[in-house]
Amino acid sequence: MSGAAIAIEGVDKVFNAGSADEVAALRGIDLAIRPGEFVSLIGPSGCGKSTLLRLIGDLLTPSRGTVTVFGKPAHQARLDQDYGMVFQHAGLFDWRRVAANIELPLELRGWSKADRAERSAQMLDLVQLPDFGRHYPRQLSGGMQQRVSIARALSFEPKLLLMDEPFGALDEMTREHMQLELLRIWRETGTTVVFVTHSISESAFLSNRVVVLSPRPGRIHSVVDVDLGDRDDDTREDPAFFAKATEVREALRAVEAGG
Amino acid sequence: MARLRATLSGLGPALVVGAGGLALWEGVVRGFGIREFLLPRPTSILGQLVDHWPTLRHAGWETGRIAVSGLLVGILAGVVLALVTTRFRTLDEGLTPLAVAVNATPIVALAPIFNAWFGITGTLSNQAVVIAVVFFPVFINTARGLTEVHPDEVELMRSYASSEWTILREVRIPNALPFFANALRVVAPLSVIAAIVAEYFGGPQDRIGNVITSNAGFARYDVAWAAIAVASAVGLALFAAALFVERVSMPWRVASGDGDSLTTPGREP
Repeated sequence: MSGAAIAIEGVDKVFNAGSADEVAALRGIDLAIRPGEFVSLIGPSGCGKSTLLRLIGDLLTPSRGTVTVFGKPAHQARLDQDYGMVFQHAGLFDWRRVAANIELPLELRGWSKADRAERSAQMLDLVQLPDFGRHYPRQLSGGMQQRVSIARALSFEPKLLLMDEPFGALDEMTREHMQLELLRIWRETGTTVVFVTHSISESAFLSNRVVVLSPRPGRIHSVVDVDLGDRDDDTREDPAFFAKATEVREALRAVEAGG
Repeated sequence: MARLRATLSGLGPALVVGAGGLALWEGVVRGFGIREFLLPRPTSILGQLVDHWPTLRHAGWETGRIAVSGLLVGILAGVVLALVTTRFRTLDEGLTPLAVAVNATPIVALAPIFNAWFGITGTLSNQAVVIAVVFFPVFINTARGLTEVHPDEVELMRSYASSEWTILREVRIPNALPFFANALRVVAPLSVIAAIVAEYFGGPQDRIGNVITSNAGFARYDVAWAAIAVASAVGLALFAAALFVERVSMPWRVASGDGDSLTTPGREP
């Protein structure tokens, strides 16, 4: 598919191929993601959703098939640093101050000190932590650390954001707040987002499309289109949102039932 | 300044307990009429410390030099080998279990053998004992710190298309610092112990180890105790230096409040 941000074609992933503990993690995955789209990957544990995310990021290589990111092989896209990554574990470096954490990818790209400082200040504004640049990560709460992690991933304005259960370790209130923040940032930056989650409501609330995976080996069971327009806190009580969450839930139930 | 004051006030209780302990010691020896050759009074030890100060100062200085030189060489060797083994996995798999096994053997027991190898006239055999004692904890801990990195942190660096060298510089080395600091707290005082025990087995006669054995041999236990006090002071000074290095090299730990403890560090998982 031309013009796609991400094209995954006929991808299999087998771990420890040929040995006794061989695991078929993914089989026959075909998926195309449009530029600027917000796509969630959801499924029971062991369905390979994190593996699929890592294949897109070229942190793993497919056993078969191809992954194309912005028209080039995923490997090239990684070398070109076309995407930013956010993990469940914020993964900030304790030894760097918050601003220096955000500036790390810029430093590795050889940005000047002044440019880095200017960008990290903008990013801290974007994630609404303007006064925390001089703090160390451990002085921040979990939710604040995760916001810094998002700021770091967006600092070099990647066209693609890969997120692996980024809000999984946060409490419910912080999580809902962070979801709104993420949607705001997504609207402001126009970034394509691939978002791994195991929360049904989160997937329905955030995404344009929810990809439901079934386990062992991971396959795409179904894709739920979510057309809720601009979302805010009221969306959470909107019947249309409930209907979509229900649709995702039904798909997951079908998966559990082996359908 | 506020931090210095906090540190000093933190020492308050320790000073009170220490002074109390010495007073109790003095009182017990006097009160129960314990004979001086069994346990001298702190005041007699202090008297000997003053009387024999030139000898003791010289002995403390010489032993301290052996401890510090052995400490520096042992640390350097441990860190360098840890860096090399982290880079080459096969070397790591072969060497690390061996190092752990050797570390579990009492290395000071090798002192007489080192005397045969390196001679008893110079300081080399004593330094060799210190180096051997210091090397293994530094190597094992630093190597752990370099390898026990959160997998997400390595994946993040790979997502930036970073080389192994960049990952070493940006992630592994800073990650290893608290582990290295732990080793340093252990080996700094240990180097003094190793130097003194090595001196018991031979070497020049003007060192703390020899001062202790020769005075104990002539039943001058109060002088031996004074020499022990000097040895403690040297050990404490090295431990303080280790803490200082730790503070200066890891400002983030001080800032987040877990650098203030005198006991255990280690990074949260």
